[in-house]
Amino acid sequence: MAVTGAVLVLFLVGHMLGNLKAFLGADSFNHYAEWLRTVGSPALPNRTLLTIAEIGLVVAVVLHMWSAVSLARRAAKARPVKYAARVKPQAGGYATRTMRYGGVIILLFVIWHLLDLTFGVVNPKGGQATPYDRLVAGFAPDRWWVTVFYLVAMAMIGLHLRHGLWSALQTLGLAGRYKALKAGSTAVSAVLVVGFIAIPLAVMIGVVK
Amino acid sequence: MSERATSTGKAGMNLTLKIWRQNGSSDRGRMVTYEVKDVSPDMSFLEMLDVLNERLTLEGDDPVAFDHDCREGICGMCGMVINGVAHGEQRATTTCQLHMRHFEDGATVTIEPWRAAPFPVVKDLVVDRSAFDRIIQAGGFISVPAGSAPDAHAVPVPKDDADAAFDAATCIGCGACVAACPNGSASLFTAAKITHLGLLPQGQPERASRAKAMVEQMDAEGFGGCTNTGECTAVCPKGIPLDAIARMNADYLKTASK
Repeated sequence: MAVTGAVLVLFLVGHMLGNLKAFLGADSFNHYAEWLRTVGSPALPNRTLLTIAEIGLVVAVVLHMWSAVSLARRAAKARPVKYAARVKPQAGGYATRTMRYGGVIILLFVIWHLLDLTFGVVNPKGGQATPYDRLVAGFAPDRWWVTVFYLVAMAMIGLHLRHGLWSALQTLGLAGRYKALKAGSTAVSAVLVVGFIAIPLAVMIGVVK
Repeated sequence: MSERATSTGKAGMNLTLKIWRQNGSSDRGRMVTYEVKDVSPDMSFLEMLDVLNERLTLEGDDPVAFDHDCREGICGMCGMVINGVAHGEQRATTTCQLHMRHFEDGATVTIEPWRAAPFPVVKDLVVDRSAFDRIIQAGGFISVPAGSAPDAHAVPVPKDDADAAFDAATCIGCGACVAACPNGSASLFTAAKITHLGLLPQGQPERASRAKAMVEQMDAEGFGGCTNTGECTAVCPKGIPLDAIARMNADYLKTASK
């Protein structure tokens, strides 16, 4: 859970930073997308590093889900008789309680997101347009519901990371400054969410067009 | 929670109790409703159950079985899930130290045993916590014969370590951490023992093997996995901190990587 989660967080950081190129204009954004495909060439064939990263991410996602499912199954086995009274959470960790269903929402989001902006299947411009055109078309004001879905998904990711980051550190045995680690996890999650939602919002209000 | 009321001026309270009754491990068990009248706000929760049991005995009924011993919050015997919270909603308090003044007159109170597969119900609210004993037997000790108590300054221990070890050592093994954990994990208990011994000089030689043996025993008992929800530390009558679990994981990972 912790190790695969860490891989995915590193990906999110890179993804968020790359996205911000949208604010530098169409050329910069498209060039960045092209660079991801050609990095390492001519020493390596095009897409070599990108394909390795993609395989790594798929493996991480699958193992992350496998860990989550086995933890949930162990939990169900460890408490075959449920409490009759409604269990009142005492730790107040709202983010903690979103982990399992939030993870499913994030998975559904990722599927939509790939269909929309990577493969262009559900994008108005289709798969052949430049990445920048797909981005602007995808979050056009008349497709506000797409933007709303993105915002909800980003909120889920923020909550997921708020617990997940700290929890991963704890699982890997980094105790000690408990409050600092928790605050740090919250800060990193917040920065990622703000970085991610900035772009759909900017497209919707016409700052990026 | 009502305002704190004292015995003076507050008449006896009337409560509706919904209690888990289970006649032995093969019985399926059920919730049974009882009315208790004229409960003093100064009674402890267990004294309130004593009053109910006296009445049940006089009426020829089977009294409600529950574990208890010292009744001063240090032995770890008592424990029940009260209105969905292990040891009740009062923080850092065992069931025996919970007083009826924290309940409203006329309230309905649900009382259930710890729920976990490794803690089978023996009868009513009594569960078998031998799984904890087996975790301790797996490594929660120091094998070196220590002889008689040494002079306090014979082996220097840094103050911070001594304090953290002592905090962990206050664990009374009541099992509330397991009862409250959404995963039914015993990580806080096991981690408290590993922290207590692992921070002191006497515990160093067996530190790595201890973590491995105790964690493996914990898993073998059928407890769930830790997802760091923090419910355990919130209900812990001794307030054992979550850092202990990180320390357990660190010790365990060190052995696993060797």
